[in-house]
Amino acid sequence: MLERLRALRGGESETSGDPAIDALRAVLGDRAKLDSARQALHSHDASVFEDGNSGPVCYPETTAEVQAIVRIAREHQRSIVPRGAGTGLAGGAIPLGAPVVVAVTRMNEIFEIDEDKRVAWVGPGVINLDLTRQLQPRGYHFAPDPSSQQVCTIGGNVGNNAGGPHCLAYGVTNAHIVAMEVVLPNGEVAMLGSVDGETLGYDLRGVFVGSEGTLGIVTKVAVRLTKNRPEVRTLLLSFDSVTDAAQTVSDIIADGIVPAALEVMDHKITVAVENFVNAGYPRDAAAVLLAEVDGLSAGVDIDAERIGEIGLSNGATDVRLAGSEEERALLWKGRKTAFGAIAQIAPDYYLHDTVVPRSALAGVLEQIYEIADRYELIIMNVFHAGDGNLHPLIVFDGREPGVLDRVHAAGGEIITASLEAGGVLSGEHGIGVEKQKFMNLLFTDDDLDHQNRLRQAFDPGCRTNPGKVMPVGHSCADIQSLKRRPTGVWG
Amino acid sequence: MTALLATSDPVLLEFAELVRTEGKVAVEGNRTRWDVGGMLDAEARVLSAPEGIVDYKPDEMTAVVRAGTTVAELHAALAEKGQRSALPERGGTVGGALAVGESDFRSLGRGLIRTCLLQIRYVSAEGRIISSGGPTVKNVSGFDLPRLMVGSLGTLGLMAEAIIRTNPIPPASQWLSAPGVPTRVVADAVLAPSSLYEHEGTTWVQIEGHAADVTAEIAVLKNSGDFDEVDAPDETQRPAPAPKIAVDAVVSALNDQIKRNFDPDGRLNPGRDVLAA
Repeated sequence: MLERLRALRGGESETSGDPAIDALRAVLGDRAKLDSARQALHSHDASVFEDGNSGPVCYPETTAEVQAIVRIAREHQRSIVPRGAGTGLAGGAIPLGAPVVVAVTRMNEIFEIDEDKRVAWVGPGVINLDLTRQLQPRGYHFAPDPSSQQVCTIGGNVGNNAGGPHCLAYGVTNAHIVAMEVVLPNGEVAMLGSVDGETLGYDLRGVFVGSEGTLGIVTKVAVRLTKNRPEVRTLLLSFDSVTDAAQTVSDIIADGIVPAALEVMDHKITVAVENFVNAGYPRDAAAVLLAEVDGLSAGVDIDAERIGEIGLSNGATDVRLAGSEEERALLWKGRKTAFGAIAQIAPDYYLHDTVVPRSALAGVLEQIYEIADRYELIIMNVFHAGDGNLHPLIVFDGREPGVLDRVHAAGGEIITASLEAGGVLSGEHGIGVEKQKFMNLLFTDDDLDHQNRLRQAFDPGCRTNPGKVMPVGHSCADIQSLKRRPTGVWG
Repeated sequence: MTALLATSDPVLLEFAELVRTEGKVAVEGNRTRWDVGGMLDAEARVLSAPEGIVDYKPDEMTAVVRAGTTVAELHAALAEKGQRSALPERGGTVGGALAVGESDFRSLGRGLIRTCLLQIRYVSAEGRIISSGGPTVKNVSGFDLPRLMVGSLGTLGLMAEAIIRTNPIPPASQWLSAPGVPTRVVADAVLAPSSLYEHEGTTWVQIEGHAADVTAEIAVLKNSGDFDEVDAPDETQRPAPAPKIAVDAVVSALNDQIKRNFDPDGRLNPGRDVLAA
């Protein structure tokens, strides 16, 4: 993978003389940038993948400006890469082949909150948590709550079909996007879906969500408003083994309870979190289960009690109900800062993301610990257990020679183990450049051919976020613009 | 190596054989929405999709079901384990319901039909079995073809087998109705009604949940309007599916391009047009 990316890089770009920049500046003024610091910054996202290579970086503020950028890029035979906050973990926003990067972060206006239709029209640059904060006083929130919600954008959430702990009961981003205005790869503006009901035709809104920026650039989003639940109960269950915690999760679902969230942390990550935020997690438990139910007062008490019973019948050593909103907030702070907490152990981490059937959780976790031992790596597990969404966290020191090779090899084995247990490649991070080479493990050539047919209906020229998602050997897997790079750009 | 999603189920392979690789071909369920999207081309051979519940895992909240199975049969099996799905209960098949894409009139509680399809296997215009999606609710593994299939009227592929997300049936349920209460008033008053609509001047609400919560919500409703507890609405009291909203020329062109890419010779369900549904 890294070798391929290096090969695609094709040399350093100059910081001036890009033939598209003058046209872009004519539209955007100094919001079209071409300086080496900014290009370096936008050549990365939050993943470990390097070797991105940004062309001009644009900060549009309106749909018309996005449209103009796309048209200019087409005229100059350049590809484009849409970008939100760059918090993606699969390399989906890494520019390959010096494309025009379209950062939507300045399109951060909340246009309208329509309580009759229970939707809000927002710009793609609105930050996830900011949106929920704006909605809270009216009694609503935006349900998807990825761990990066303090910085990630709604546009990025759309691109990756983002998840988060509370997807178990409320569904992933796709269930919360009612309609979208997008600029298509051909420069035309399209409205996908409608806030007034179902539209005629195929569910293009549905396929656009999670397409990782390959089908166009979203410029306005109608998000569904979810009514705040009046009552919440948050339980912390401790276990002597991860298997007992995983079995408890399966049994809760089998019992007919769909909690708002079911999160598991293993011993290593729990200790790290406790050292970091002092949230009251037990340091001696092999695993902890954070279970949350919400709704009306009678039901949440019944469900919370039942979850406690199911935990105890599976060997829980302790069941604690958060006694106050402060205690609850602290428990969640611990869970949501887990990835920050590991900095005390090693400077670098690689966060994986696979989904397996709940019944396979315990078995796959055992395999993950075995893989860690074999590659002499530290792997911690903190995951959305209710969804079967594993997040093995490999912590390492990138200065150690050869360690990244072991990290990637172990990661590959984790993915294979998850797929063989009946799971899928990614639950919420996407394929990006990270998992392209694993697509063939899951899908037949015919399956991938049909995915390509969808993509090519939107983008026949493969100009929008090329080199992502589809594996090598399928169209749009190669970087078109590199083959046709304008002379002089790379000196 | 063989891709993990590849199927060797002889029933599905046999269905693919029947679709063949050329000639106009269509699929029928129970014909409960047979005229949606225009009249079927009379030249088309009409097939039935394979039937049967293949696998049902209540603790995974998933059911693997062949497209020709009736929703009634699936829901009867789910109900034995205290579950249901978002598929509409109006006499049709699973494949028919997915192809038409109309949600149940209780979709606030059961979910929209488009959210219940986790994985699809369909036979392509080339007679190949295509799989997309997976058995888990969270899944961002490539392009989301299951979304494209819901409401496609069988024009992109003939659906053979689906994995449907199931949900627990709440312990208690009560319908209420009142004359002329605005639905917004009800939506603001109660937390999460499972159904809420106005039909011929009457406002209908379904409340589901734990019995004590349902009782409390009934009290709230009675304070906000002239609501009475009633039996579940019969067929004459249910809302007709809302007409779908027309799309503009840009979106129409995209629809046409998708059809051309998936079925270049126009052999699948000829005569049906998703833009005319």
